[in-house]
Amino acid sequence: MHATTKRSRRSGIRRDETASGWLFAAPMLILLAVFLVVPVLMALWVSFSDWAGRGSPFSGDVHFVGFKNYQALLAGGGLAEQDFGTALRNNAWYVVLVVPLQTAVSLFLAVLVNRAILRGRGVFRTVFYFPSVTSSVAMTVVWLFLFSASGAVNTVLSWVGVNGPNWFNDSTGIFHNLLAAFGVSHGPEFLTGGELLGVSWWGWLSGPSVAMSAFILMAVFTTSGTFMLLFIAALQNLAGDITEAAIMDGANGWQRFWRITIPQLRPTLFTVLTLGLIGCWQVFDQVYAGTEGAPGKTTLTPAYLSYSTAFNNQQWGQGAAIAFILFVIIVVFTVLQRWILRERAVSKRHIRLYQGPRPSEEGANTETLAARRETTIKSREPRP
Amino acid sequence: MTIFAKPEQEAPSTETLDSPTNRRPQRRPRANTAAWVAYAVLITIAAIYIMPFLIQISTSFKTDAEAAANPVSLVRQTWTTEAYRELFLNSDFPTWFKNSIIVTVLVTLGRVFLASLAGYALARLRFRGRGVIFAALIGVMAVPGVVLMIPKFLVINQIGIYDSYTGMIIPLLTDAAGVFIMKNFFESIPPSVEEQARIDGAGLFRVFWSIVLPMARPALITIIILSFQGSWNELGHFIVATQDPLLTTLTKGVAGLASGQLSSGSQYPIKLAAAAIMTIPVAVMFFIFQKRIMNTSDGAVKE
Repeated sequence: MHATTKRSRRSGIRRDETASGWLFAAPMLILLAVFLVVPVLMALWVSFSDWAGRGSPFSGDVHFVGFKNYQALLAGGGLAEQDFGTALRNNAWYVVLVVPLQTAVSLFLAVLVNRAILRGRGVFRTVFYFPSVTSSVAMTVVWLFLFSASGAVNTVLSWVGVNGPNWFNDSTGIFHNLLAAFGVSHGPEFLTGGELLGVSWWGWLSGPSVAMSAFILMAVFTTSGTFMLLFIAALQNLAGDITEAAIMDGANGWQRFWRITIPQLRPTLFTVLTLGLIGCWQVFDQVYAGTEGAPGKTTLTPAYLSYSTAFNNQQWGQGAAIAFILFVIIVVFTVLQRWILRERAVSKRHIRLYQGPRPSEEGANTETLAARRETTIKSREPRP
Repeated sequence: MTIFAKPEQEAPSTETLDSPTNRRPQRRPRANTAAWVAYAVLITIAAIYIMPFLIQISTSFKTDAEAAANPVSLVRQTWTTEAYRELFLNSDFPTWFKNSIIVTVLVTLGRVFLASLAGYALARLRFRGRGVIFAALIGVMAVPGVVLMIPKFLVINQIGIYDSYTGMIIPLLTDAAGVFIMKNFFESIPPSVEEQARIDGAGLFRVFWSIVLPMARPALITIIILSFQGSWNELGHFIVATQDPLLTTLTKGVAGLASGQLSSGSQYPIKLAAAAIMTIPVAVMFFIFQKRIMNTSDGAVKE
């Protein structure tokens, strides 16, 4: 209560708020400091040290080794670099496929479920959302069974005459398989010759392995419900007047969806893509519970590699280094995505689309309401 | 099975009158056809979404041999509870279950209390350093969880709470997102009631405890749901915080079962039964607070 005298000029109710404020916030702040900030700093030190897991990482016989751990991963030329490259390749394909798929599926479900004429919306929402609340470990167990060699998925596939793959034991990349179907089983010289992080360019282009594809399907299955709820909330908050204006202007459902609904959903799309991107780089539970990186290291992910390098191989410096590189990757991708999806002024070519043949500004009264919104953006641009 | 047998019910949001689709002219026959197509598509997708769970439950009552022979059939020829008996009588499963409950309940209670306390301070109290705390929270929220596994182990090990309930529970109490949700909620309710109480001479904590918290029920339920689900399904933290079999939680134990560390052969019925049981508490939670959960995103985001 030291602040009391200093702040006595303020109103009576507000007197002792500095002390109380800090007191109220203190427990959570201390916890966050001890279990988030301090750990990150400790791990940062470990990633620059040769600590082998025995004793304290701050004891005298632990040495600073500079960028040695990072170098082993990024330019070591050994197994560590190759494993890290493989893990990055696997996870990159996972991101490339899961993020668009989960966004599209969740938006599709949201639009369908949100139809006002539909009865029983609650049931559908529940059904689609339920996989999102179940634990990823439980989901993995189910998935391992469904996608086993003679499992449910392959049985269903056999009904339509498809001989399903041995999912979780198939390490071949799906794009390589696709090319092999056209008789291309070896990459061209310029792709097999060069390499990045111990994986040849041809290897980078393999696509996710069949085993990883099963995990990709699982990710779409378990995340689409959550994102569907976000989209439904956004759809229900849309103003009706723009849609009405579009109906008056004779826009059909498809046009209304792409030209009216999607632009208005932009903030939610942004959230979903960001959350999806961040989540997809952190694949751990499935790999730990299911495959442990097998088959042929094609379900290895940086998150799991970081764990196993540290906890199983006792190479703590390298494990921590992987975690920090992963952190940087996530930050870079998030920033990049923000930049790509930033709100941009409408291009000249785009405006002409709305304005039709007459470039005069008086043409505004014949425009649709939606186009009028675009022209307001345009009018802020400097005119030639 | 009962969890899927709920009767059809209308979502609470059906009544939102200003929803754009409501005003669509509905008398056209084409709209009717479209509705039927939408229905057909929805029912097909819903079937795909439910099937894994039906197959899971059905298979957990099969024998090993039948599970392998008929992976799809929902009607089993031999009905056996062997898998469940094995789990509860001849394995550590009850211990895992007990540990998960202890941790989940304590973490949930702790988070509700600490997050609302901090959220209240940030929303209502005017004090120096508030902006700094707020900025720090945003920064902390940006750190991805998987990156923290090794760091958390280092600290837990360093301060000597490795392999203990303390080490399993306390680090999970950190919940920056919860603070945010509470802060947003407190900012949305008028401060007049509390101010009245303050003028009448009630202390800050008293006001918080007996006036503010009861008013914050909707937001508290949100935190309870998120914390319960989060800590029940948590895996990474328990892997790095414990190795004692007596402290194994459901997620860690079942993950071990799944990757075959503890069993030989496929033993799918047992694994699927374990996964089914660990889903039940979250499912119960989900159906109790269903309406609330479906509007969670609203509650959390709306100012």
